[in-house]
Amino acid sequence: MSSDHSSGAGRKPPTPRRRDVLDWLLGTWGAGVVGAVFYPVLRFLAPPEIPESPTLTVSAGKASALLPNSGRLVPFGAEPAIVVRLAGGELRAFSGVCTHLSCTVQYRQDLHHIWCACHNGHYDLNGRNISGPPPRPLQPYDVNVQGDEIVISRKA
Amino acid sequence: MMRLQAWLEERMPIARFVEAVRHKTVPQHRFSLWYFFGGMTLFFFFVQVVTGALLLLYYRPSASEAYESVAFVMTRVPFGWLVRSIHAWSANLMIAAAFAHLFSVVFLHAYRRPREVTWLSGVLVFFITFAFGFSGYLLPWNELAFFATRVGTDMAGAVPGIGEAVVHFMRGGKDVSGATLTRFFGVHVAILPALITALLAAHLLLIQHHGMSVPPSIEAAQRKHGRPLPAMPFIPHFALRDLFGWTVALALLAGLSAYFPWELGKKADIFAAAPAGIRPEWYFLWMFQALKYMPATVFGMSGELLVLVPVSVGALALTLLPFLDPDTPRSRRIVKTLAGLALALMTTMTVLALLEGSS
Repeated sequence: MSSDHSSGAGRKPPTPRRRDVLDWLLGTWGAGVVGAVFYPVLRFLAPPEIPESPTLTVSAGKASALLPNSGRLVPFGAEPAIVVRLAGGELRAFSGVCTHLSCTVQYRQDLHHIWCACHNGHYDLNGRNISGPPPRPLQPYDVNVQGDEIVISRKA
Repeated sequence: MMRLQAWLEERMPIARFVEAVRHKTVPQHRFSLWYFFGGMTLFFFFVQVVTGALLLLYYRPSASEAYESVAFVMTRVPFGWLVRSIHAWSANLMIAAAFAHLFSVVFLHAYRRPREVTWLSGVLVFFITFAFGFSGYLLPWNELAFFATRVGTDMAGAVPGIGEAVVHFMRGGKDVSGATLTRFFGVHVAILPALITALLAAHLLLIQHHGMSVPPSIEAAQRKHGRPLPAMPFIPHFALRDLFGWTVALALLAGLSAYFPWELGKKADIFAAAPAGIRPEWYFLWMFQALKYMPATVFGMSGELLVLVPVSVGALALTLLPFLDPDTPRSRRIVKTLAGLALALMTTMTVLALLEGSS
């Protein structure tokens, strides 16, 4: 490419040859075509974000039907929530999604706490991860009873 | 007949192809048995193509219809139970045959020069086979599949930085939903088949080009004795043995499907708890068991990452094996030892998971 024809001082920068210009044009054109094809494809593959409301309040069924030392899974937006009635009668609610690998947890009457079947994760009745692989506590929700209806909600 | 042959010959290079196949031979030595597993994997792949195409005629890829459409195939469509059971069993046997083929190639060092590209195409086919298994498992939309997919896709979230985006991409949204099912269906029946067809064609052409690899130990012994290695013509001797193996495999598939038809289980319920005793397919059990043993965090690293990193490093090393092994007697011993250890570890973990499951 840049073979020096002129020996001595004042070396001139190599003049671009016609082939270099054509190569550059071809390369730019190629990159443009590839980009124009792959950019929309890549964007198409990533699903659009569907925004979620930061506050959410749902009904979690009848309070009288939830016996002491038992739990119930209810839909909470797109995810499950777990409502637990402690042996003493108190109601508590948490996200039902295990913080390990997002399986759905359940209440174990024999253990008196929350358990995930997938990888044997245990949570106490405050939602704290107490044994097994879960890295974080379950997200707690507010519980209210209106008449005989349990209402759980997430604050903004 | 002769005129037809001449007419075709003028338009297609048939004679050249026939000539090449006629000269193909298979070396005979004490490891020759392992030459059969590639062909066996290919047989199960063909079974998958045929049964998969049949299932496609009834299957409906949506959260509200998938389970019902598979139930319809199993209960109402004549021989539907057989076609679906064969598809599920053949998938498992294909993975088992691919495992045997891969490990035999590693232990016999068939990946070494000049077969590096053959190896690469084979490893990619192997990974795609797992992707087929993972994506196909969700399609009946039952409870086990739903949680297996949640766990499997959530694993990717442990990757620092891009994890969240990868999970979102795989699920087609934040959670495993109908969108995930549609996505997995498209991957399972269009994208992966296209990839595997191209790679498999390359793999088979390269094997045809290079001929069968002879293990270094056999090569050395043969050099010492100065005798040429006995070889068997591919047509008809080896092909007939292949055919016999395939017939046995077909009988095995029919037997397994008839006596142990693949269960459909309970329909997936997004708001139900994961059932006790849940576990993945046998070929993922070793990873599942490792995940169970990992504590939440070790030295600030999440347990999932601690499983994911060695598995990824292992997969990468496996892919690049011909380029990492300088092909000396010592390096071959190291490769054999490492492969043996990996196999022993995977087997132990799998057995532990099975024992825990049965107790």
